[in-house]
Amino acid sequence: MKFLGEKGVRRVLAGIAFSAISALLLIALFIIKEGLPFIISYGPVKFLLSSDWQPQAGKFGIWPMIVASVWVTLGAMLVGAPLGVACAVYLTEFVPRRVMGVIKPTIELLAGIPSVVYGFIGVMVLAPLIRSQLGGPGLSVLAGAIILGVMILPTIISISIDSIQSVPNSYREGSLALGATHWQTTHMVTVPAAKSGIIAAIILGMGRAIGETMAVIMVAGNAVKIPGSALDSVRTLTANIALEMGYATGQHRQALFATGVVLLIIIMILNSLAGMAIRKRAGKR
Amino acid sequence: MNNAIKIATRDLKAFYGPEQLLMSLNMDIQANQILGIIGPSGSGKTTFLRSLNRLNDLVHGFRIEGSILLDGQDIYHPDFDVVALRKRVGMLFALPVPLPKSIYENVVYGPRLSGIGDWKKLDRLVEASLKSAFIWDEVKDRLGSPAMRLSGGQQQRLCLARILAQEPEVILLDEPCSGLDPISTAKIEEALTILKQKYTIILVTNNTKQAARVADQTAFFLMGSLIEYGPTSDLFTVPQDKRTNDYITGRFG
Repeated sequence: MKFLGEKGVRRVLAGIAFSAISALLLIALFIIKEGLPFIISYGPVKFLLSSDWQPQAGKFGIWPMIVASVWVTLGAMLVGAPLGVACAVYLTEFVPRRVMGVIKPTIELLAGIPSVVYGFIGVMVLAPLIRSQLGGPGLSVLAGAIILGVMILPTIISISIDSIQSVPNSYREGSLALGATHWQTTHMVTVPAAKSGIIAAIILGMGRAIGETMAVIMVAGNAVKIPGSALDSVRTLTANIALEMGYATGQHRQALFATGVVLLIIIMILNSLAGMAIRKRAGKR
Repeated sequence: MNNAIKIATRDLKAFYGPEQLLMSLNMDIQANQILGIIGPSGSGKTTFLRSLNRLNDLVHGFRIEGSILLDGQDIYHPDFDVVALRKRVGMLFALPVPLPKSIYENVVYGPRLSGIGDWKKLDRLVEASLKSAFIWDEVKDRLGSPAMRLSGGQQQRLCLARILAQEPEVILLDEPCSGLDPISTAKIEEALTILKQKYTIILVTNNTKQAARVADQTAFFLMGSLIEYGPTSDLFTVPQDKRTNDYITGRFG
C-alpha cells in the first residue's frame, strides 16, 4: 500500500466508482442513440399512440403495450401496496423486536427468488385457477398483476419498515401519554410521520413492477391488443422487447430500442418521484 | 388545608432486568399541590414519574412490585384501564415532543381521542388550554401552522396546553425546563403555580432552585431511595438528613 500512497488510493477508488456510473451512462446513451432516431423519423405521436404493431408491414404502434404495462402495474400496486404497507406496520408496531429479527430477513429472502420461478408458479398454479374460476385464457392482466404484486412486496415492506422505524420514539410516547391507544398512536401519529418514506417505498415498488420482464412474459399471455377486461391477455413494453429482440432486424430492431427509451423515461420519472418523496422527509427534520 | 391524598405508593419497587431502580418507596402525595422531586441523575426520579402513568410498561424488561394508588385504586391492577389512566395522569417530557401536525391539531389530539367532535367545543378548549399554558398570545394568529416551527420554549408550553386540553387530574413533569431559556422557564413556573388549584402536579427537576421556587412539598431521591420528604420550606432550611443538606448546598450531585 505504501507505494500507492493516500492520493493514489483515492484516485483508484474514484476510478472504480466512476466506471460504475459510466456503465449506466453508456447503457442509457446506447439505448437512446439506437431508439431516438427511429422515434423522430417514424413520428412520436404515431409511435406512442397508434395501436398497430405489425413489424412485417412496417407498422410500429406501441399504444397497446403502454396500456398493458399501465394496467398490469396498477393492478400490481393494488395487490402489493396495501399488503406491503399493512405488513410493515404490523411488523414494526405490533411484533416484538426478536420476532422481527427473524421475519425481516425472511421477507428480504423473497426478493432473492428468481423472477422465472415466480413466473413458473404463475403458469402452473395461478393461470389455471383463474381460467377455471373466472374464465378467459387464464394468462391475463389479472395473473400478471397478482404475480407482480407479490414480487414487489419485499421492496415495499423493507423500505416501509425502515421509514416507520426511523420515526422517533418520543412521538409514540408523547401520543400514548395523552391517552391514545396503541392503534390510535399508530394510525394517527406513527404512520403519518413515516408517510413520505412509505410513498417512496410504493413508488420504488412500482418501478420494479413496470420493469419486470420474465414473470410477465410467462403469465400475461403476450397478445398485442388493448385489454377489454382484467381477464384478457396482454403484452407489456418489457415483454415486447424480450420476445422480439432475438430475430428483429433493421427498422423493427430500432423500434424495439425505441420501446426501451419509453421504458427508461417512465422509470426515470418514477425514481425521481421517489427521490423527491425521500428528500421531502429529510427536509422536514 | 383540606388536602386529600391523591396518589399513594406502597412498598413500590421497580426493576430493569436484574437491576433494582426504586427501593421500596412509600409516599403520600397530596392533591392540589406541587410536589418537587430532586436528586442527582440516576436517582430514580424519572423512573418513579414514568411509573405513575405506566409509561414504563413500554420498556422491555421493566417490572414493578408493590402498588401505586390513585384515589385509592391500584393502577397496576390487571383490571385497571391504562388508556384511561393516561388521560387522568398527563405527562410533560424533558424534550418537547409536539406531534408533526399543526398547533391546533396538537391541542385537540387528546380530546379527539376521547370522542369530542364538536367544533365549537374544541375551539373553546384550544383557547382555554393555550391561555392556561401562557402561549395563547404568541400563537393565536397562526393556529394552523406546523407546531415544529415554534421555538423550544413555545413547543414545551404547547405540550403543556395539549395535556391541559385532556382535563387530567394529575400532571407529571419530567425536567420540563432543562432545555429552556429563563423567560420560558418563568412562564412555565407561573403557569404551574396557577394550575395547582385545579390539578395535582409532580415536578421532577435537576434544578434545586426551581423546586424551592414552586414546590409546596419536596422529596429528595438518592440511589432509588426516598431520603427525605416534607414541606419545601422545611426541607431547604432545616434538612433532617445530612445527605439532603449536602445535595441542596451543592456538595455533591
